[in-house]
Amino acid sequence: MASMRDIKRRKGSVQSTQQITKAMKLVSTVKLQRAKGRAEKSKTYFNCMYDTVVSMLSKAGDINHPYLKANNSPRKAVIVITGNRGLAGGYNSNIIKLVRDNDWNKEDLIIYPIGSKGRDTFARLGYEMGADYSSAIDEPLYADAMQISRQVLEDFATGKVGEIYIVYTGFKNTVTHIPTMLKLLPIKIEDKRSDEDKAVLDFEPETEEAIELIIPKYITSLIYGAMVESVASENGARMQAMDNATSNADEIISSLSLLYNRARQSAITQELTEIIAGAQAIS
Amino acid sequence: MAEKFKLTIVTPDREFFNEEADMVEFNTTEGEIGVYAGHAPLTVIVNPGILVITQGDTVRNAALHAGFVQILPQEITILAEIIEWPSEIDEARANAAKQRAEGRLAERGSGTDTARAEAALMRSIARINAAKLK
Repeated sequence: MASMRDIKRRKGSVQSTQQITKAMKLVSTVKLQRAKGRAEKSKTYFNCMYDTVVSMLSKAGDINHPYLKANNSPRKAVIVITGNRGLAGGYNSNIIKLVRDNDWNKEDLIIYPIGSKGRDTFARLGYEMGADYSSAIDEPLYADAMQISRQVLEDFATGKVGEIYIVYTGFKNTVTHIPTMLKLLPIKIEDKRSDEDKAVLDFEPETEEAIELIIPKYITSLIYGAMVESVASENGARMQAMDNATSNADEIISSLSLLYNRARQSAITQELTEIIAGAQAIS
Repeated sequence: MAEKFKLTIVTPDREFFNEEADMVEFNTTEGEIGVYAGHAPLTVIVNPGILVITQGDTVRNAALHAGFVQILPQEITILAEIIEWPSEIDEARANAAKQRAEGRLAERGSGTDTARAEAALMRSIARINAAKLK
């Protein structure tokens, strides 16, 4: 049986760990609120953007624009959004699993990491890495998304990559986060609406030129949306993980208290027995 | 003025403007246009310039840099990547950006990204002009 002092020391260390997890939970709750607000605000913009692109492409019919068909390169660019920090439950590893368990050839992929957790893992696994944008995920700005989309579109235009994917964590609500993979280019949009719902739209300049100009904006908004949703998910995941850790610590502390009291009691009993035995020996 | 239309301006991180307006003017890739209610449906791409919103007797200005505009007869939606009210513009910074862009264009080395420098120049000029309208 462990000595009283050992048990006391363990209890102390669990208690200080619990303080840390409690504090982290509070911090991520606050951050989650902020990130959630941003994710919701960006939704309006994205929905308008999506409607326009859908109506544009459905009207464009069979226009032969490079953005709409794959070029000959077999390589795929994958933008992987993870966090810069751990201790968020399965948040980072779910994303990594989603990329790794896809039946893609490792040699065909170029990873564009946003978030150092994903970057380090894929670098260690020997994937080819593109430009790194990890610092962007701390505080996602639209300007960051513009920079990233410019880079990947350039690689697409020069034929370095033939397809562009983005892997991120979709934020459904505080407890549900869905690792998601989305194909950015070539664009394939299914129009589920009937013909009557579609707004009749004319374009100025011509549709082809408009595609050339609007698609990059659409990609940028997708990347930005993915970034803000991922940040919200990361903080949600961390909040949950830290909540679990705190309640686990509570459990350990209560079982250690029990052990400690038992040990104390048996020590007292033993001491008493010894004193009584000693007194009897004298008399 | 007879008819008003609903003008919505959204950016990725906020709803910039959402009110009724009589007329809106802005710069597009095809030149400057002004739109009243009842316009034919049209989608245009924005070039950096000043956005002018007319509501009755009041006129409001903003610097609109990038995005596109969806025009429907009763509703106009501006999807702006970058837009600022004059009060939000840092004029000194815009002046510095203008000089930087001009410098880059003047050198025209092999490494110069002319299109980007030109875009930066147009943006800074739009900012400076909008700031003057404060």
